[in-house]
Amino acid sequence: MSAGEKYVAAAYGVVFVTMLVYVVIIAAKLARLERETAQLAELAKSRRADG
Amino acid sequence: MSTSSPNSSASRIPVPAIAATAAALVGLAIVLAFFVAPEDADQGISQRIFYFHVPIALTAYACFGWGAWKALRLLWKGGERYDLESYVAIHQGTIFGVLTLATGSIWARASWGKWWVWDSNQLVLFLVLFLFYSAYFMLRFSLEDGPRRANLSAVYALFGVALIPVSFLAIRLAEDFIHPTTFTRDGPQMTGTMFLTFCVAWLAMTMLAYALYRVELLGKRLDANLRELREALTA
Amino acid sequence: MTYLADVAVLARKDLRLELRARDTLPAMLLFVLSTLVVFHFALPTGADEIAAHGLLWVALVFTALLGLARAWAPERETGALDGLVLAPSDRSAIWLGKSAALFVFLAAIELVALPAFSLFFSRLGATAWAGVLLANVGICAVGTMLAAMAAASRTRELILPLLFLPLAIPLVVGGVGSSVSSEPGRYLTFLGLYDGVFAILCWATFEYVVSE
Repeated sequence: MSAGEKYVAAAYGVVFVTMLVYVVIIAAKLARLERETAQLAELAKSRRADG
Repeated sequence: MSTSSPNSSASRIPVPAIAATAAALVGLAIVLAFFVAPEDADQGISQRIFYFHVPIALTAYACFGWGAWKALRLLWKGGERYDLESYVAIHQGTIFGVLTLATGSIWARASWGKWWVWDSNQLVLFLVLFLFYSAYFMLRFSLEDGPRRANLSAVYALFGVALIPVSFLAIRLAEDFIHPTTFTRDGPQMTGTMFLTFCVAWLAMTMLAYALYRVELLGKRLDANLRELREALTA
Repeated sequence: MTYLADVAVLARKDLRLELRARDTLPAMLLFVLSTLVVFHFALPTGADEIAAHGLLWVALVFTALLGLARAWAPERETGALDGLVLAPSDRSAIWLGKSAALFVFLAAIELVALPAFSLFFSRLGATAWAGVLLANVGICAVGTMLAAMAAASRTRELILPLLFLPLAIPLVVGGVGSSVSSEPGRYLTFLGLYDGVFAILCWATFEYVVSE
């Protein structure tokens, strides 16, 4: 691979990796949201059982 | 705190559709950039970086402009959601700005052998904007959540868009006594196919930014709604 | 016009406060002079005259920052800002009055700093003085605004330079250009443009910065 090709790959690669990092962050956020909704579902269930 | 779904026409398009369009466009842009567009006679293969670098830069400007527009709506009409939309837009703009600096730096290295050149006005402008919008986040994080933070962020966002042309002018003027312009970088002479590729890439980056913007907004609204739910259940 | 009268009252109040307390102005003066001396040691021999002019602007910007950090201090310490905001006058008058007072302070500093620079480094022409004057307007307008924002934040003194420096870059370009370039008119016009754009922006948006 010539030097020029390496740089092109690097430039497009940077964009690609940034998008992947974004996916990772969203995945983590989804996991957290899942946990929180599960907690709130528990809370709602116990409220319904009491009230 | 009303962060419920807004009712403007564009935001009724579901996020998956936007993301799918973005994916398709980016795919098309890559195919065009690598297999269809002719190789540049002077710069060789590294010219192909241009097909992403410039659209990313333009998209960053668009995001900052969008953020400023939302900020103006906030100050003018009020409405919680404009603060969130302005913030997310500026967040996207900053991400694309950093990408501009990164791809621009790689292009500079490929073309001129150095990782940073002060000759490229656009790169220098993005450096200044990066500093400016980084301060935006520092300001925002040092303020308590509430109307104060929304107002201050909005005003600062407006200053940002005013700064873009003024800074660009300044950088142009500074050329006289900072560096003689030894490299012209106004984009290559584009043939028809090259121009088409560039336009497709531009559309692709814009759609990508919009998709990310909507996704992030979704996430933040989810957060806010969950918080309200939690408050309601533990009250 | 009562608007201008309000502005004058506010500016005069700040000037009188400083005249009585005499803490900010002498500090800024000493700071700018010390900075100029440091620059002498920072510049290698045979350095460009242009480099020295550039450093003058660095000195001016950072001296301005010093003054700006204290710009809203009297209002903060006495809680007077709430009273001012509730007053029936247009809120932008608060900003204009404060900027005008700051302009006077900075001009006073520059009346000493610029001759000192001429003494230590190289002569400053009329265009340089014009550049300083025009840039002053921009520094005071934008700086007062940003200082009010910074005052609302938790990290007050820390964040003001971060907010101010990117916006100061065009002013530095304009200022240095008006001293060293062969076409100073362009740079002076640019400074005027900056002042116009940002002064209007500050004037229009200040009330959102101080109201809840």
